[in-house]
This record gives sequence, structure tokens and C-alpha cells, in this order.
Amino acid sequence: MSYDTVVVGAGLAGLTAALRLSERGQRVLVVARGVGATHLAPATVDVLGYLGDTRVASPSASVPALVSSTPKHPYSRVPAEQLATSLEWFCTKTAALGYVGSLDENVLLPTALGVPKPSALAPRSMSGGDLRAGGRFVFVGLKGFKDFHPTLIADNLNHARLPNPIEARAFELAPPSSRLGDLSGRVIARRFDTENLIDWLAGALEHRVDPDERIGVPAVLGLRSGDATWQELEKRLQRKVFEVATLPPSIPGIRLSDVLSSALRDGGARIVLGVRAVGARAKGGRVEAVEVVNATGTVSYPVSSVVLASGGFASGGLELDSFGVTREAVFRLPLTGLPDTDRVRFAPHYFDAQPLATAGVATDDHLRPVDSSGSPVYENLHAAGAILGGATPWKEKSGTGISVATGYAAAEAVLTPAPTPVSEAVR
Amino acid sequence: MNDLIRDSLDHCVKCTICETYCPVSQVTPLFPGPKYVGPQAERYRGAGPSADSSVDYCSGCGICTQVCPQDVKIAEINSRARAKLWEKRGVPLRNQMIARPTVIGRLGTPVAPLANWALHNRAVRGLVQSVVGIHRDAPMPSFAGRTFQSRARRHHGPAGAPAVVYFHGCGTNYYEPLVGEMVVAVLEHNGFRVIVPPQDCCGLPLQSNGNFPAARTYVRRLVDRLVPHARAGLPIVSNSTSCGLMLKREAHEILGIEDADLKVVSESMYDLCEFLLRLHDRGELRTDFTSLPMTVPYHAPCQQRGHGIGKPALDLLALVPDLHMIDLDVDCCGIAGTYGLKKEKYEISMAVGDRLFKDITATGSDLAACDSETCRWQITHGTGVKSVHPVELLYRAYGLDRRARAGSVSPELQTVRVSG
Repeated sequence: MSYDTVVVGAGLAGLTAALRLSERGQRVLVVARGVGATHLAPATVDVLGYLGDTRVASPSASVPALVSSTPKHPYSRVPAEQLATSLEWFCTKTAALGYVGSLDENVLLPTALGVPKPSALAPRSMSGGDLRAGGRFVFVGLKGFKDFHPTLIADNLNHARLPNPIEARAFELAPPSSRLGDLSGRVIARRFDTENLIDWLAGALEHRVDPDERIGVPAVLGLRSGDATWQELEKRLQRKVFEVATLPPSIPGIRLSDVLSSALRDGGARIVLGVRAVGARAKGGRVEAVEVVNATGTVSYPVSSVVLASGGFASGGLELDSFGVTREAVFRLPLTGLPDTDRVRFAPHYFDAQPLATAGVATDDHLRPVDSSGSPVYENLHAAGAILGGATPWKEKSGTGISVATGYAAAEAVLTPAPTPVSEAVR
Repeated sequence: MNDLIRDSLDHCVKCTICETYCPVSQVTPLFPGPKYVGPQAERYRGAGPSADSSVDYCSGCGICTQVCPQDVKIAEINSRARAKLWEKRGVPLRNQMIARPTVIGRLGTPVAPLANWALHNRAVRGLVQSVVGIHRDAPMPSFAGRTFQSRARRHHGPAGAPAVVYFHGCGTNYYEPLVGEMVVAVLEHNGFRVIVPPQDCCGLPLQSNGNFPAARTYVRRLVDRLVPHARAGLPIVSNSTSCGLMLKREAHEILGIEDADLKVVSESMYDLCEFLLRLHDRGELRTDFTSLPMTVPYHAPCQQRGHGIGKPALDLLALVPDLHMIDLDVDCCGIAGTYGLKKEKYEISMAVGDRLFKDITATGSDLAACDSETCRWQITHGTGVKSVHPVELLYRAYGLDRRARAGSVSPELQTVRVSG
């Protein structure tokens, strides 16, 4: 089948780019080795949480400062208006999950470890956990569920640096017995989808929670029915209830991936998992076909454009071999931000600034990967998400924001091509 | 190759994505999940069999490998661990039996009416359950009585046309010969001469029941039949997605067969819909489709997704005027070949399929489409909805059913009707 655009990668950046292209009438194929990092992340959209060590209250006010201090940051390729548009678009496309928030104001939501984390957008089932106003919180765990520890969350939050004082406590409930053994988030979510667990949960909480307490529960209230279960729970308890991200896998992340993937399928796009994009057939500075290894061998998909959203080191978009050589895994694109070979690549402490960690693909303003002279390698190849160099997303709390913004921007760049000279070296 | 498969476990970062997708571990505590049984336990197995027999509850659907972002060959590792387990213990009689569709087919075909009566008789099935261990409610197809092979021998296609080789598989041969005739009719309609070599089982059921030596014998015998055609440069098409995948990949990756003949056959293999869609890409597929005003839910079987070719059936059927296909996004129907037939696994298989059954029922359609035969039987068993191979819709959209009734195609097909 011939496609207008092949998107490599099925994480947040890839799905965003693919959906934007598909809804604008392109025939889109998404190829990926497996599902994306959506399944590990808590599904909030974090645009910018920290500038240096300072917690950011308003991403729209702080992104310009980030870009001026870090000129190679991926946000430098996304104009402020487009960043705002991409988030609005994202909220429309994920209406089933009811994302709330804005670029002007970060909420502070508790993580699975009880750390307040700044996010621009969050699904409405999670947004009630905003800690900024202070007050009383109760975190409720499920006995036997090993990926959520309410006491840890409450204790850490009681010691956290917050704008207003909070008081947090915790207890656990034993869920009704089931034939299912190991209690994983997926198993509990399935039980919420298929059994009437809400009666049990609402009943168990009713008399154990004070009227002024907000109730944090693990984000396992159903995979298909999560948002509906949350709404019903708030209605029955007449209190603020919110889901808290658990340790991975992330049920809210799977919901997000499912919503975007279904929208893609409904729009006629194809998603093929378990295959590997291995290169391009190019001519005259253009990618003519993307080569993909499937069960039979290597097949070529002729394309007009390509979006590379294969992720960073953790997702295999970037590879570091045992000889210390770093590569972009699919198209062997030039990388930026690599420490010189005689310099250290790793800092001694894990959470220090790691020299290798900002490595990635450098792009022009159309998100086209460029060579050392700044010319695009291919005029119709665009990159998005964690493959882009220049960011430290785990410190900035910017990973999902970069994925949505650059995924959207890459799609826009595909839709409005800007012809510019292409690097001689690659030709 | 063997080592590459096993060594892939070092890529596992314990993200548990495979566990969230495993359809089996979601419904039973008897299978602790693909990561636990696969990359984790494999480290401790060494050369001997698994001390823990839970790997036998893996259905082999292969979804874990498909979703793994780190390229760990989880399903393949587990399939081998299962074989080692049974190598030590000896494969039980029941599993030896249901894993040999050609033996069953040859026994049942001459006595089809009697065999069909027995297969669908409650008392007989109850007895079979207690003696053999095949669940009394498990879906069983009916013997057609006359094999596709015997029908194909009497069929004379157009001479001189470009040739394509048809690997029909056991399901088509013994139970659904009309599907085979439709495949031939659709290919002939597109100007091909269809060669149907004599052929036997691909060994997949033996592989998934842990008898690798016998599986290797079967697949080698099949490759011997197909390789002269592959070496002559002819494409081989199959309407059985799992048997096609066996030849494309699994005989090499799971059974560990390193063989030039297998390689050339693998590279010549196409899933039927994949083949037709490639024709369309080259502008060579006939598109003289008539209107089919129907809405049909479509399930892409796990093994079909293992091909890594997208959903060519949907791309093809989108060419048919007024036909609306619903792409069901559900992972597994639960049957996994012979898994759901087993007494101790039937209920797991029905629980796995539950979401698919509900989604099909919710469409209100009285017809569903799915590429794999055992999955179709399971869908019909779980929903009561008739389930057809996509080729049946193409056959009808080409108007070949009407021509058959008018006598211009094989008279065998005159009775074929697609409801809806």
C-alpha cells in the first residue's frame, strides 16, 4: 500500500504527528518495534516544570527563557503560538479523557513516590490531585497491589515543598477476592471494566473519609471505563476524587495511547507494531521509500514524507555500542551534543547533568534533521520527540510537552513543505 | 539464530509492557505473564527444562513480541521453553493427536457424516472430554467430506496465464474447501493460473504443542513440496495466516531450521490479502467490484499481525463500494490454534475472547470477517455470528458467486452464499 507519510515510532510524538497528518487527509502508516513510552509515563502533558532548580509556575512565561538559555532546545523549533495550538489540538483529540489545564499555569500533581510534579495538562480523572491550594488529602491503596504505596506518597507529601500546607494520610483497602492471582494495574483495571467494583469502592470509602478530604486512588479505575468510573465515584462520594499515577505500567498512559490509536484507525491510518524501520531509499536529497523489516524480510514503503519519532536511548532511537559509538538507529542521521571522544560521557552521580544525555538529532526550523553545516539531510524527513537533541526532559519535566509540540509541528511542516537546499555531503 | 533469539532477553528492561498486553495472564493466575515466564525465567533454565511448568499456559499468540519496544523475542523464548518442558515429560497423547490435522483430516474425511455427528454430539463430546481431555464445548469444525485437494485436481484453470502457487493449509483442505475454491476463483479472476501442489501440514500445531522434532519433519516435507516453485520464481500465497507465518518466520526463528530451501520458500510467501494488495499497488488488481451494502466487523488475528504487513484485508475491502468494515481493536480471540480445545484451557480461552465477542455482538452484524480459520470457528462459537475469510467478501464483490450460480465458474461454488 502506498502512503503519503510513514511515521517511525508509536509513542506520543509519533501518534501525535500521525493523527494530525491523518486528519488533514494524508494516508499514514505508523511502524514501530513495539508500543511507545506512553505505557510507562503517567499521561500528563508536562511542558516545562523546572528552569534550572526553580519550579515553573507558568510554562508560557518560562519557555522563552529556556529557549534563550538553551538555544538548541527542541522548543526553539516550535513558535509560541504553535506550542499553544498543539496543546489545544491535543485536548480536542483526547476529549474522551477530558484533559484540563493550560499553558499558562502548571498544576502540581503527586507522583507515585509522593513528589509534587508540575504539569500543564492532565486527564480530569487526575487533575483533582492539584496540591497547590493545600488542604487535606487521603491516599487509598489496594492490598496486594505492589505498584502503589499510599503511605509513601502521604509521608513524602507531608514533607514536600508546597505553596500551601497540606495534611496527607493513607490507608489500604482489600479488594473483593478474585480468581486472578498477581494484582497488576492491568488486572485491576480490567476488573473495573468488567465487574461492578465501583459499588465496593464507593461503599468502602464512604465512612472512612472526612467531608473535607480529597481522595487519591491508584490510576487503575478501568482501561476502557476509567473516566466514567472516576466520574461516578465523585458523584457517589460527593467528594473530590483523583487518580494518582502508579509505578509502570501506566494505565492512564495506555488509555492515552488507545484513544490516539483508535482515532488513527478510525481515520484510515495503519499502525504496524513488531516491525523495524531500518533505513531509507533516497534520491536527490529526498527519501523515496522507507525500508522496514517484517516477517518475510525487508519491504519498501514508497513515501512523500517521513516523520522520525523513534525516541531516545531508552526507546532505542539512539544506540550506544560497546565501543562508545553513538548512532541514530534508523537512518544513521548525524547527531549533535555528543561529548568529544576524549571527554567523559557519564557524570559520576546518576542525577547529575549527564554529558551524553542531551545527544540527539539537530534540526532546522522545519524539524528536518541537519548535518554539521546546518543543511537538512533529506528535504522530506522530519523528526519529533525524544530523538531530538538539546533537552534534559527528566530535569526540565518537559518530555511529553516536547513530544506533543514537536509531533504536531513536524506534521505541520510535512503539510506545508519549505524547500531549501539539501546537504551536498549526503547526496 | 537460536542464540540471537535467546540473547534478546538481555534487551529486556522489565518495563512490563508485555504483561499489560498478555491476553492470558489478564484472565488467569495460572500464567504469571510473558516477562516472568520468558526473559526472567529463561535466565535460570540453562540447558535443561523449566522447573516451573506455567510456561505451558502461554497460548503462543505472540502479542508480547509484537508490543515489546526493545525487540525481545518473548513468545519465541517461551515457545522453546515449552518444547523443552514436553521433551522431558513426553507430549501427552491428546496433544499429539490435535497437533496432527492431516491425520485427523484423513481419518475423518471418508466418514464425514459420522465424524461430524460425533463431533457435535453432547454425549460423545462428554466422553472425549473425560477420556482424551478435549473440552466438550470447544469449537469444532465439520469435515467437508471431499478435500480441497481432490477438488483442485479436477479443476482446470486458464492455460498460459502467469502462475501463482497456492498453499491452502489443512483447515481449507479438510473443513473449508469452498474457501479454497474462492481463493482460486479470485486469483483466476485476476488473470492467474493457480498451481495447487500436493501438500501436508506445516507443523505449526506440533510446534505449539511442544513437539519440535515432529514439527520439523512436517515443515521440511512441506518445504520440499513448495521449493521447486519458489526456485522457479513463483509467488506462494496462503489464506491461512498462521501457517503462512510458520513458513515466513517461525520455522526459522522457533524451530531453528537453517536451510536454503526454507529461506527461498520464506521469501516467496505471501498472505493472500498481502499478495492481492501488492497487485493493487502495481495497478494490476481488477477492481470491477459490485456494491456490497453491508457493515462487517473485522478481526485481525494475532498471527496475522505477526506478519508485520498491516491489515491488507481492510485496504482491499475498502475498494468495494458500499462495504463498511469495522476494524475491531481487540488482541486475541482466545483459541490460539489448539490451545482453547484443551479441557484445562477452554475456559481461559473463552475469557480471553470475551472482549472480542462482546465487541462483535455490539455491532449487531450477523457476519464477521477474520483471516484465520481457527479464530473464525472461535468467533462463531463465542458469538453465534457467522464468520468468513475476507476473500469471501471479495469473491462476492467480484460477482463470482452469481457467475458460479450461472454455471460459468466451478459448479462446486454454486451453493456458496455470503449472508448479510
